[in-house]
Amino acid sequence: MTTASVAAPRTRPRRSARGIRKLVLGVAGLLGFLTIWQLIPLLGIVDPRYLPPATTVLGQLVGELNDLEFWRNVGRTMTTWGIGLLIATLAAVAIGTVVGLVPYLRHLTHTTVEFLRPIPSVALIPLAILMFGFQMPAALLIVVYASFWQVFVQVLYGVADVDTVARDTARSFGLTRASRFRNLVLPTALPYIMTGVRLGAAVALILTVTAELLIAVPGIGRVIVFARSAGDVPTVYVYVVVAGLLGLLVNMLFRVIERRVLSWHQSVRGEEVS
Amino acid sequence: MSSNMMTRSIAVLRRPAGRSRSILSSIWFALGFPFFLLVLWGVWATIAPQKFFPSPIAIVEAFVKTWIGPAFVDDVLPSLARLAIGIVVSILVGVVAGTVIGLVRWLRELLEPTLEFFRAVPPPVLVPILMLVFGPGDATRVIVILAGAVWPVLLNTIEGVRSTDSVMTETARSFALTPIERLRYLVLPSASPRIMTGVRQSLSVALILMVISEMFNNSSGLGYRITYFQTNYLIAEMWSGILLLGLVGVLLAALFGFVERRVLRWYHGIKEVERA
Repeated sequence: MTTASVAAPRTRPRRSARGIRKLVLGVAGLLGFLTIWQLIPLLGIVDPRYLPPATTVLGQLVGELNDLEFWRNVGRTMTTWGIGLLIATLAAVAIGTVVGLVPYLRHLTHTTVEFLRPIPSVALIPLAILMFGFQMPAALLIVVYASFWQVFVQVLYGVADVDTVARDTARSFGLTRASRFRNLVLPTALPYIMTGVRLGAAVALILTVTAELLIAVPGIGRVIVFARSAGDVPTVYVYVVVAGLLGLLVNMLFRVIERRVLSWHQSVRGEEVS
Repeated sequence: MSSNMMTRSIAVLRRPAGRSRSILSSIWFALGFPFFLLVLWGVWATIAPQKFFPSPIAIVEAFVKTWIGPAFVDDVLPSLARLAIGIVVSILVGVVAGTVIGLVRWLRELLEPTLEFFRAVPPPVLVPILMLVFGPGDATRVIVILAGAVWPVLLNTIEGVRSTDSVMTETARSFALTPIERLRYLVLPSASPRIMTGVRQSLSVALILMVISEMFNNSSGLGYRITYFQTNYLIAEMWSGILLLGLVGVLLAALFGFVERRVLRWYHGIKEVERA
């Protein structure tokens, strides 16, 4: 931050003018979208019973913000998401590091991984229901399965990406196994791991909401299902918007974390200079 | 990786009978572990029969019984057709719209925040809305796939088109390439690695949405069948459905890998030269 403010003065006015232009256009785009949304039901292109106008939905959304039950539902969704992502990340980093560092294991498990990875995790929903009933662990099974592979594959790449010269240097300098892991393998793999976790976080949210929709695990997905069967269409739209906002929040959160954790790394430092 | 290859080729040289041995070892590496897991599963299922984990043999039997026959035409093919249409339309819409948006700067700045929001919406929540607006039916199920799978392609195409090398763009202008030539020989090729990344992401989303769209009040399709088996406690049949979806996923990934290698052959070539 400080380096940027020191280096910036000369380019700043131009850059901020461009930033303002971008901001204005972006806001205009959002407003345009909301206007179109407002006009479609008002002009009768789509029956307002199926697509309530934007003002109705956003008005109700603001009203919901004062409702404790709303925040509880958001909390339930984010709890399932957080626990699932945590389990998946820990398991993927632990297993991925071991498998990635031992070439024999990597070859041995390759086909298994390539078969298990593309299985769509929603296929496991029936199994999850049988094993855990209509409870949170059922959702966790699906969330963990989906996000595990995202992180796992990145860990494999990352651990294998260690520079050969650096590795040989570390060996000749007699670094212990633990020190080599801490000072060589981990820093190399960290950018990959962060990418994996960011992708995994988005996938985990998708699968959390899916589990709530299809297994009726408590959370915003279940509210959507209940509102739909009750014919309460505006509430369906309110929670769809909320799901989108949560997705946006998760994306931004992990971008910030990535910048923080990798502040020493070329990919982040390089951006600040230019 | 490269040092690995070297040690291996040295080992082959030392042993005269190395060739058949290396085929054997690659078979061992490819199938040994899956086979071991299956045997473990089978033995476990025989020693301590689990309600929800039938033996692999029972699953394969159920697979043959359930899916090979009329169910293939009634459930599997329509599902796959919807999936294919959804994916193709997503790619077309994503690439065309993405190229236009990526080339026109004010349009990009106008639309970017809105598109970012749409990408952030977990696609499954759109299923109830789309069913509401378009009614239940085959077209809706394709629209569901489209509504989720188009964003990764669209946003990656925008990003890829935008980051075309500026020197090359100016060179192309100086040589008076027509806009269509520029698109054909410069913009699209240079964006293609990003586009393929987007396509890969949207493939898995599309598959998920195909299953979900069929799990929502429906009467046919793969997702419906699996749910049906589960609610009727036909465990082996349910597993056979999971297996089939897994095969679809693997096939889709293999197909993508094949296409990607062809489309991006020049790109992987450059990468390899840079690395060496």
